Amino acid sequence: MTGMKKERKPHIPRVLRDPYLLAGAFMTLTALLAVLVGLFWTPYSTTAMDAAERFHAPSWRHLFGTDNFGRDIFSRVMKGAGTTIFISSLVVLFSASLGIVTGAVTGYFGGVVDEIVMRFIDAVNGFPSILLALVMISILNSGRHNLILALGIVFTPSFARIVRSEFIRFRDADYISRARLMGVGKLRILFVHILPNVFSTFWVSVMIGFNNGILAESGMSFLGIGVKPPDASLGNMLSDAQGYLMKAPWYALFTGLSIVWIVLGFSLLSEGIRRNAGEVSDER
Amino acid sequence: MRYLVKKLFTLIMTLFVVSVAAFLAFQIIPGDVVDSILGTEATPEREEQLREELGLNDPPTVRYVNWMTDVLHGDLGKSYRYSKSMNEMMPVAELIGDKLPVTLWLSFLSILIIVVISIPLGVFWAKSRSHVLDAVMSVLTQFSMAVPSFFLGILVTYFFGMVLRWFIPGSYVSYEKDFAGFIGYLIFPAISVAIPKIAMTARFLRNSMLTEMSADYVLTARSKGCTERRVMYGHVLRNALMPVVTFLGMIIAEIVAGSIVVEQVFALPGVGRLLISSISTRDFPVVEILVLYITSVVIVVYVLVDLLYRLIDPRISHK
Repeated sequence: MTGMKKERKPHIPRVLRDPYLLAGAFMTLTALLAVLVGLFWTPYSTTAMDAAERFHAPSWRHLFGTDNFGRDIFSRVMKGAGTTIFISSLVVLFSASLGIVTGAVTGYFGGVVDEIVMRFIDAVNGFPSILLALVMISILNSGRHNLILALGIVFTPSFARIVRSEFIRFRDADYISRARLMGVGKLRILFVHILPNVFSTFWVSVMIGFNNGILAESGMSFLGIGVKPPDASLGNMLSDAQGYLMKAPWYALFTGLSIVWIVLGFSLLSEGIRRNAGEVSDER
Repeated sequence: MRYLVKKLFTLIMTLFVVSVAAFLAFQIIPGDVVDSILGTEATPEREEQLREELGLNDPPTVRYVNWMTDVLHGDLGKSYRYSKSMNEMMPVAELIGDKLPVTLWLSFLSILIIVVISIPLGVFWAKSRSHVLDAVMSVLTQFSMAVPSFFLGILVTYFFGMVLRWFIPGSYVSYEKDFAGFIGYLIFPAISVAIPKIAMTARFLRNSMLTEMSADYVLTARSKGCTERRVMYGHVLRNALMPVVTFLGMIIAEIVAGSIVVEQVFALPGVGRLLISSISTRDFPVVEILVLYITSVVIVVYVLVDLLYRLIDPRISHK
């Protein structure tokens, strides 16, 4: 019996040796782990102030040191990163869904509506997105929910544009015209027959959007018009930290590096996935 | 010439659309501003009087025309929050006054830094064909895109201001007092805006040059005996720069946006800081004018880039 079986060599797939993928997965997983644990438990309280513990440099006791109120920075980063990631996820969810619907309808049906919507999207894309978000915030007033709404609306056009061009590519495909002949309903064609084909392209822009969401959220909170203290967000922590740059440089350094860690990890991961996407399907 | 007229017409149309959008966003949607100016304890008579003064009782089209006429005549309206004296509110024009040049200089310096560093870097990168450099640069590109501009600003402040002591953070000098000192201080915020874009631009130029290098005309130039230097700079670079100009034009909006954020980090008294503080206090007339200002600058720059593109590459106008 043993002779029939082929000797299996310990084979590591090439995918797992890609440095981008490995580094990206490691960074993203550690960040997610810290955030998930932070939902239930942090090493120290994130709000309790202690005058005796002010401005401690990083040590084994306080990994990232302590801030101006004697709060443990690592604990606050865990919570703050959670807020930032949560907001960015909701922004992407909101704008991606709205973008899919807009892109699908305009791309599939075309016509006047498509023309108008596209001109509008072109105009919006030309402007700095942070300026648009600022305009939205100034009308809606600041705060967490409005921040999500504002960024969600600002991010929608880029998703709509990608989905639209994909739908235009598929709407004249043979299998779609056959489905039409068979009397399949329009909604079913849009979302059951075409949409699944779009996902592979769409996935890349979702990942880019997630990173842009993190950068935008922390930017807005840094400017004081996003998440406000006492809620921790990486942006408003960094804004606090700037005032103590001389006295406690670790405050700004570790808070900022946490943003870089999340964004870099995720962009390496998505770049790694993109580079290996072809190979994986070839292997199968 | 016909092209110029057409371009000018689109420019005016775009500006018109932007102004209508700004008007709708800040004068119609927020509704009645009287409460927010007078507070809750104002009498109905005083409210009515103010409403009449501000022209809030007119229909929207009349209000738009009035507002636009005022703006075009240089009357930018009055702030709701800043007062000039006891019973006069600060005109927006005076509020913006000397702040605009700060932001424009900052954006300009950033673009200058991007061009001066990324073009030689891109050429060198394309010529070297070294795998080590490729690996280093692609990591650097990923890294520089992950660092938000405000964190970069803080790092620059710490490194250049507190460790190397090349400048004193917060020691901004007005450009009217000491122009050299002004530029000297502005260099550091400009570096913070520029760094993320440098890697991107250099990469873009390198790719564009590699594509051009395999074109037929390069072979022709070599075979007719052009020196390597002439092939690279006279032929390849000239053609490879075209898409880079477009790319730079495209990121100008981002550079202006980056300037707004970085102003906050370096405590620069530019329009970005005014915009942020006006947004927090919901000072709509100021926000409105600033948005109009910034978008106009961006739009005009887009058109200029387009014209420049035609100037560098005569082929386009023949198409």
